[in-house]
Amino acid sequence: MNAPHPLDPQATDNGLLRFLTCGSVDDGKSTLIGRLLFDSKTILADTLNAIEKTSAKRGMTAVDLSLLTDGLQAEREQGITIDVAYRYFTTGTRKYIIADAPGHEQYTRNMVTAASTANLAIILVDARKGMLTQTRRHSYLASLVGIPHLLVAVNKMDLVDYDQAVFEKIKADYLAFAAKLDIRDVRFIPLSALNGDMVVERGTRLGWYEGPTLMQILEATPAAHTEKAEDFRFPVQFVCRPQDSANPALHDYRGFMGRVESGEIAVGDAVTVLPSGRTSTVKSIEIGAEPIERAIHEQSVTILLADEIDISRGDMIVKSAEQPRAVKQIDATVCWLSETPMSPARTYLLRHTSREVKAKIAKIDYRLDVNTLEREAIGALAMNDIAQLTLKLAQPIFADAYDRNRSTGAFIIIDESTNNTVGAGMIDG
Amino acid sequence: MSTLTRQTLSHLDWLEAEAIHILREVAGQCSNPVLLFSGGKDSVCLLRLAEKAFRPGRFPFPLMHIDTGHNYQEVIAFRDKRAAELGERLIVRSLEDSMARGSIVLKHPLESRNKHQSVTLLEAIEEFGFDACIGGARRDEEKARAKERIMSFRDEFGQWDPKNQRPELWNLFNARTHKGENIRAFPISNWTELDVWQYIQREQLELPSIYFAHTRPVVRKNGLLQPVTELTPASPEDKVEEVLVRFRTVGDISCTAPVESDADTLDKILAETATTTITERGATRMDDQTSEASMEQRKKEGYF
Repeated sequence: MNAPHPLDPQATDNGLLRFLTCGSVDDGKSTLIGRLLFDSKTILADTLNAIEKTSAKRGMTAVDLSLLTDGLQAEREQGITIDVAYRYFTTGTRKYIIADAPGHEQYTRNMVTAASTANLAIILVDARKGMLTQTRRHSYLASLVGIPHLLVAVNKMDLVDYDQAVFEKIKADYLAFAAKLDIRDVRFIPLSALNGDMVVERGTRLGWYEGPTLMQILEATPAAHTEKAEDFRFPVQFVCRPQDSANPALHDYRGFMGRVESGEIAVGDAVTVLPSGRTSTVKSIEIGAEPIERAIHEQSVTILLADEIDISRGDMIVKSAEQPRAVKQIDATVCWLSETPMSPARTYLLRHTSREVKAKIAKIDYRLDVNTLEREAIGALAMNDIAQLTLKLAQPIFADAYDRNRSTGAFIIIDESTNNTVGAGMIDG
Repeated sequence: MSTLTRQTLSHLDWLEAEAIHILREVAGQCSNPVLLFSGGKDSVCLLRLAEKAFRPGRFPFPLMHIDTGHNYQEVIAFRDKRAAELGERLIVRSLEDSMARGSIVLKHPLESRNKHQSVTLLEAIEEFGFDACIGGARRDEEKARAKERIMSFRDEFGQWDPKNQRPELWNLFNARTHKGENIRAFPISNWTELDVWQYIQREQLELPSIYFAHTRPVVRKNGLLQPVTELTPASPEDKVEEVLVRFRTVGDISCTAPVESDADTLDKILAETATTTITERGATRMDDQTSEASMEQRKKEGYF
């Protein structure tokens, strides 16, 4: 690998990329992650030592890199991945967070969870098997949750003699299927995670493939979720009023603390506070009491306004010229995450940005079969169901369509009796 | 390949912004949180992040240390100094008090006290009625932690149920609890050891002196350096050596081993961390080597 050393002062910091790997137990997902960690030199000696021992105990001759990602005792016993696990590596120019989602049918909820924070998904296809039902399911879920970049990795090329025709056939099949989905950017790569071909190193057996290696694709993928300009959204998390301070200069200090969920803001910008609709201008922006001139997407800052306005947690500061909709009824796609079905008889708590409101089902339009994309009528949502429905809310939320804004278009549903997170929703345009 | 047209945060700025967001969610959602501060490098980062999250206001939570009574004196002195500098309230609860009450019973006087911290922690949570404990654990430290949520739910007995965790989507965190339950919140879940050292260097954070290379009497045992102290004296057959070492983690004296190193500055520690061949817990934790699953077991019992 030609990436610079992690401490090379000349290396530019290319930010952080979160990506998701999806595939089943058999298509080599764990081996691929193990290979990325191994070839990027993220695996350290004692960890390697432990998996060498385990590999030997299981009677294997080579080190089984997939053991690196087997997290929990229960999984090690069953030999399967049952929950989303997070892995980390760095190349010196960029830090990576891998969300490792299990591929089984019953774990749609895990994949949706892992996908919600990812900007790229690697969809693994076994070269011997080609497109499977689960390939379609993973691709559909990735497009549903709005992952902007998909990478179809045709793995186990070593088991098909590195045959280009096999790769091209899978690529053609996939493109025919993908035309039905809303996928903005899809790419294809042949590889052998087991032997390391086209993961970090090119290897010598895939000479007919002229595109970038998997690692080169990761390094070049934009870190931002979208390249489009987004409206400024600042949900208030916490209000700082240090009145008891010995410093009289702070007596009138009112800092509105939150994260710039989208867009950007600068000192002097005209803003509107929701739900009150009061307007003001940005007097200053701070991080930890240090002033800055402007704040960009994903920055956690404190905003001070020129006028004294009563603002509390759950309110939202937006630019006056780009306001979201205040809605008390939403149409949304909901993925149900709980073993207890979602019932139209119950009232739930909906958390949207820093705001919580009561919510009830107004109507369920249909359930979508994630394998066939067919619509079915249902009366309640069971675990792993993905359904189109309408929710009534007790108070308004300030929302955008999910495909325009991943932060103000998303919500979770909480069951107040257990306080569990039981559903995840994306608001329609 | 597409070109980067939108300005994005550097990786440390992104991690910092995420951690501040998590701290503010704890403060906004929970009625009585506490931040666990041991004087170790991860919790030193947490304090800096709390300053960035809440200054010029006071922290909306006190600091707390669960003292095993087996900590290095340099670390305890640093802990007290740092809390005083910040002007924040520091609560200390000690394992020795739990032992006096009879809630902790050691198998033998020299048994590692590390795993018993959970008892004193749970007692303190009950005493103060804390509904959230903010800790500096990271997912890269250990396999069981790789799957733990950023806001991790604990039942009335302080237990973690790895098979029944709340799904965590987008950056919508659910820190709700009923009375008696609590949340363990981990703002630096997504940081690695290298990120921590890079952040300490960027922010020029002060650390206890034992993180830097110093000469210390040690005995070589099972591939680890066992420090020779009053608590962990050498036995007659041991060969005691004076070795240049530093600690990569600071914990209970009886179970935290230093590594050989001449890194006496942050720059040198960073260079060493980037090229190190042994994971942080593997090099330094005698208690985690017992079995591959030992951390998971302890977490289920209420450990961090």
